[in-house]
Amino acid sequence: MIEIKGLTKRFGKKPVVEDVSVKIESGTITSFIGPNGAGKSTLLSMVSRLLNADTGEVLLDQNNVQKWKSNEFARRVSILKQSNYINVRLTVRELIAFGRYPYSKGRLTAEDEKFVDQAIEYMNLNEMQDKFLDELSGGQKQRAFIAMVIAQDTDYILLDEPLNNLDMKHSVQIMKILRRLVDELGKTVVIVLHDINFASVYSDRIVALKDGKLVKNGPTHEIINSDALRDIYDMDIPIQEQNGCRICVYFNSHT
Amino acid sequence: MRLWMLIIAAIVLSFLSLFIGAIDIKPSDLLDWESDETQIFLISRVPRLMAIILAGAGMSIAGLIMQSLSRNKFVSPTTAGTLDAAKLGILISMLFFTNTTYLQEIIFCFAFALAGTLVFMQILDRVKFKDVIFVPLIGIMYGNILSSITTFFGYEADLLQNISSWLMGSFTLVISGRYELLYVSIPAVILAYLYANKFTVAGMGEDFAKNLGLSYKLVLNIGLILVAIISTTVVLTVGVIPFLGLIVPNIVSLYLGDNLRKTIPHTAVLGIVFLLICDILGRVIIHPYEIPVNVTVAVIGSAIFLIMLFRGRAYAKK
Repeated sequence: MIEIKGLTKRFGKKPVVEDVSVKIESGTITSFIGPNGAGKSTLLSMVSRLLNADTGEVLLDQNNVQKWKSNEFARRVSILKQSNYINVRLTVRELIAFGRYPYSKGRLTAEDEKFVDQAIEYMNLNEMQDKFLDELSGGQKQRAFIAMVIAQDTDYILLDEPLNNLDMKHSVQIMKILRRLVDELGKTVVIVLHDINFASVYSDRIVALKDGKLVKNGPTHEIINSDALRDIYDMDIPIQEQNGCRICVYFNSHT
Repeated sequence: MRLWMLIIAAIVLSFLSLFIGAIDIKPSDLLDWESDETQIFLISRVPRLMAIILAGAGMSIAGLIMQSLSRNKFVSPTTAGTLDAAKLGILISMLFFTNTTYLQEIIFCFAFALAGTLVFMQILDRVKFKDVIFVPLIGIMYGNILSSITTFFGYEADLLQNISSWLMGSFTLVISGRYELLYVSIPAVILAYLYANKFTVAGMGEDFAKNLGLSYKLVLNIGLILVAIISTTVVLTVGVIPFLGLIVPNIVSLYLGDNLRKTIPHTAVLGIVFLLICDILGRVIIHPYEIPVNVTVAVIGSAIFLIMLFRGRAYAKK
């Protein structure tokens, strides 16, 4: 389990994340939502050790993440940042193989190859595995990166706005795959999302931030209602139920 | 392109290189151990070939490492101030010690090459606008500033002639006993190959490297030290060879990608081939005189670099 305890991060004097405490339940998809500048990405970066917190701590299996060895941590927690635009010419397969780096340091064993094959299979990248990344479309590239994280085979997968720049079809595709990762392989996924409807339809739990503070934290059905959303977004958002999914109709709401 | 094709090209060119020069040497002359031809062959031709091979492979790999670590296709020892800093180092060692020993020169040259590159990486860290063309332009300006400092103090101390002699990358003066420092680059190149995977991962950015459990800063520093070692050995023995570290890795990247484990052997051999061609041309064009290799490299290299700039901007951005 990952436990976030009283995390605070300041950039200059301005607190970007202020005293946030959250428990990430294992075997769930937890979405971080909130307006721009709420501190979602910063929080995710601190959980994954890319940033150091000013105060507070993040515990992975009761141990402070800072105390973990880099290599062992990389076998437990993986993160894909939105800034992961990469200008390196690797083939899809080479990229995915680097997901095994924490295990093999780049000298792939037969077992590593198996994980790479599985990840390629899982993300449906068979046909393009020998193409260079710069020959792929945005959606295919994103799938390749997620395949790399799958090959990394961590219990926790943290994704910072993985749907950025993706069209509807690819967004749905990615969310369905994340759902399968949790339901079939027992992974725990933490994801920063901009579109609350993806959070509503696909996640088990929602953590809502605003101005760096935690405003809501609970199962999805408790957060996706007009009252809670008003607290988060300062908007009146009607909810419509469609085939058991709650859809937030925010397009013409009053602020 | 296959590696074996490059290797065959390198072997053929090496053979040519051994038998081209002011004095005509035929393979049959070597049968007589005592002949002048054999002596010239052993004192001048073989060391020259070795120097070309070591410098060609070394500078190309140094460029490859820099491009990977800076995540910019146009960064190389020439375009990041490394070579200019190395020259400044030699000048300072000459200013400080009246009778500079070789070891002092090596230490100063290395320290300055390393510090100069580190400063450039720091500048790169702070620049918000990371355009593929803009970054090497900063590097070239920065290199020119270092270079003008060198020229100024060189002028004041009446050392300008010495300085221009290191500016001149040339294999003319390479004879046995004066180039052996270049062998120091061999372990550096081997280390670069052993670190290939780490450099590739580091080349995907700090966040990415950390995600995979790589100690990013350490790998970055090791890479820059290797670059400084290679640059030092080359500058002190043959002088500045521009463009090599820029063009060769980019050509390899175009057909083979950026997985260093795969590209390092190609880069090394292509660097050797390229430098051999340039050196042989320099020796043939005004035979029996010579054009220094840095001139032929600069002419051919800048043409290729321009093509890369105009046609490759889209490719470099990816």
